[in-house]
Amino acid sequence: MVESKQQWKAWLYLAPAIILLLVFTVWPIINTVAMAFMEDYSGLASIGGEATFRFGFGNFTRVVQNAEFQQALTNTMILCLITVPVSTLLALLIAVALNAIKPLQKALQTIFFLPYVTNSIAIGMVFAAMFNVIGSVGTRRPLISSYGIVNDLIRMFGGNWVNWINSGSEYWANMFVMIVYIVWNALPFKILILLGGLAGINKQYYEAAKVDSTPRWRVLTRITVPLLSPMLAYVIITGFIAGFKEYTSIVGVFGESMGPVHEAHRLNTMVGLIYDSLASNNQGRASAAALILFMIILVVTLINLRVSKKRVHY
Amino acid sequence: MKIVLQNLTKIFPPRGKNTSGEVVAVNNFNFEIPDGKLIGLLGPSGCGKSTTLYMISGLQKPSSGKIFFGDDDVTELSTENRGIGLVFQNYALYPHLTVKQNILFPLQNLKGKDKLDKNTMLDRAYEAAKLVQIEQLLDRKPSELSGGQQQRVAIARALVKMPRVLLLDEPLSNLDARLRLQTREEIRRIQKETGITTVFVTHDQEEAMSISDLIVVMKSGVVQQIGQPQDVYDDPANLFVAKFLGTPPINVFSGRVSQGMLYIGTDAVMKVAGVADQEVTVGIRPEGFHLDPNGTLCCKPVNVEVMGRDVSIVSTHDASLNPFVRSIINADHRYDIGDSVRYTIKPHKIFLFGKESEERIRIEVNSDGRK
Repeated sequence: MVESKQQWKAWLYLAPAIILLLVFTVWPIINTVAMAFMEDYSGLASIGGEATFRFGFGNFTRVVQNAEFQQALTNTMILCLITVPVSTLLALLIAVALNAIKPLQKALQTIFFLPYVTNSIAIGMVFAAMFNVIGSVGTRRPLISSYGIVNDLIRMFGGNWVNWINSGSEYWANMFVMIVYIVWNALPFKILILLGGLAGINKQYYEAAKVDSTPRWRVLTRITVPLLSPMLAYVIITGFIAGFKEYTSIVGVFGESMGPVHEAHRLNTMVGLIYDSLASNNQGRASAAALILFMIILVVTLINLRVSKKRVHY
Repeated sequence: MKIVLQNLTKIFPPRGKNTSGEVVAVNNFNFEIPDGKLIGLLGPSGCGKSTTLYMISGLQKPSSGKIFFGDDDVTELSTENRGIGLVFQNYALYPHLTVKQNILFPLQNLKGKDKLDKNTMLDRAYEAAKLVQIEQLLDRKPSELSGGQQQRVAIARALVKMPRVLLLDEPLSNLDARLRLQTREEIRRIQKETGITTVFVTHDQEEAMSISDLIVVMKSGVVQQIGQPQDVYDDPANLFVAKFLGTPPINVFSGRVSQGMLYIGTDAVMKVAGVADQEVTVGIRPEGFHLDPNGTLCCKPVNVEVMGRDVSIVSTHDASLNPFVRSIINADHRYDIGDSVRYTIKPHKIFLFGKESEERIRIEVNSDGRK
């Protein structure tokens, strides 16, 4: 134990951080939990001194029963369950490939890392442009001036163009665009972490595998992946957490309407829903939704940790 | 399976942009390793012994020269297809696999007609484990094993696929002294039992001498001498080999041959027949000294070290190129060391080398076998 005389010094040095954390992190968390249980609470009304609310689980039941919440939860789940495995697998393959080549390795690394330093909204707008069909879509006699780069490619190979994101587009077309975007956006961080992990693997394991005439695929699955497992676990867990907080990507492609013009909010996510509730002066519902999201992330992370305990070596 | 190395050369290109500074790691190595023998590649670090081993394994490509396994030219053959077993210095056991899985790993890679069914694989793995006496450790992870046990697992993994050639890179360097002694006997036993042509690399001359059928002494990429350990020790080709083999190391003096007489400093040590007058470097093995009141070599004693069976007399001599002259004398009776100590030199324990060339200068041997 440090002597009590010395202790106040320690507290003094810690004070700036502690005060900031208390004001901007701890208090909001407590407040969120409290507000989640306050029914019919209005932040605006409470400023006017006319706050009327009662405690109860009303916010939770209303959130859960809300069709928009169910849609947002479904969207978030689909995005998570598809983008996390796909992006992890792709990142693994790209990292292994990058690690195996010598010439241009640094240049390629930089290219793969670019999305990480680029603003998501900007990337989203570029993606939107790539998939955008310009002209009147969905009318009886569509008048189209551009199908967008992606459709141009499809047409080049003799396919039919798809209405990806415009008015009248299908849900799965929208989802497909979002999945491509999120996977691409999630790659650089994962590649970086996995490349770091690969660099840490002793080259002798690969020489030993070579001496034992191990086929390439087996080297990847029996040596590389197990030895990378701590990094893979990290990448998967943080991937799920980021996936559940997906929001800006949708805004980037579809704007604040969170969906194509004819079906606004169709692609809303959990975080989007929380923002919507806040915007409509419904702090209680927003807090309840935030707590539900927190619980989901907690459970998924615990499951992840549980699985990785069995699968991660040393 | 005999291994033939033909004009084997490895040149590493210079690092960085300046074109000078390429390193000749192995220079024109010619040797035929006889079938079923244990060969020790011996030399100080950087002498090219490991590079030679890795060229035999195929992990490194020779710059020129050829390698044959039996009559097959394997120079262009990749490591995967050479059928070798290699034990790495740090063992390179897969840390996430158990001992059993580690030993099974090479067998599971077999394809086509060599493919084994599960039970055969398990039998073979168990057999290999038994050979190195680790059959009770099969379910452990490498991290749960001692260095010596890991070493055995590595040997079992190398042997399980019945390689044509077994290669060991500094197999004992990570073990403590006692374990090293025990393990080197073990390696000898395993090699004898399996009869696999084995090449191992070491910088420890004692290790190489004690278990090898033949040793190859290397320096700066050039083979200095090849022969049976005792022959190389008793008949070194040059000063480097003489200095490198033997503990305690050989005593080196600067000397002079004049009219058939060898002088060390001012001491006229012995007659050397057939050697022209010249400056020489003289090597005398520590066991080559006889205490003799009328001896020809006179040293100033500094210290007597008692080692139980032997006594080691540490002394100085003006012409000695080492700080001390160390002689090992039988400890049957005690010796009182005075101000000076006189030795006669056993003729077969003294070697002459050219002062500049450091090559051996042979002394003519008389008909009665003495020099």
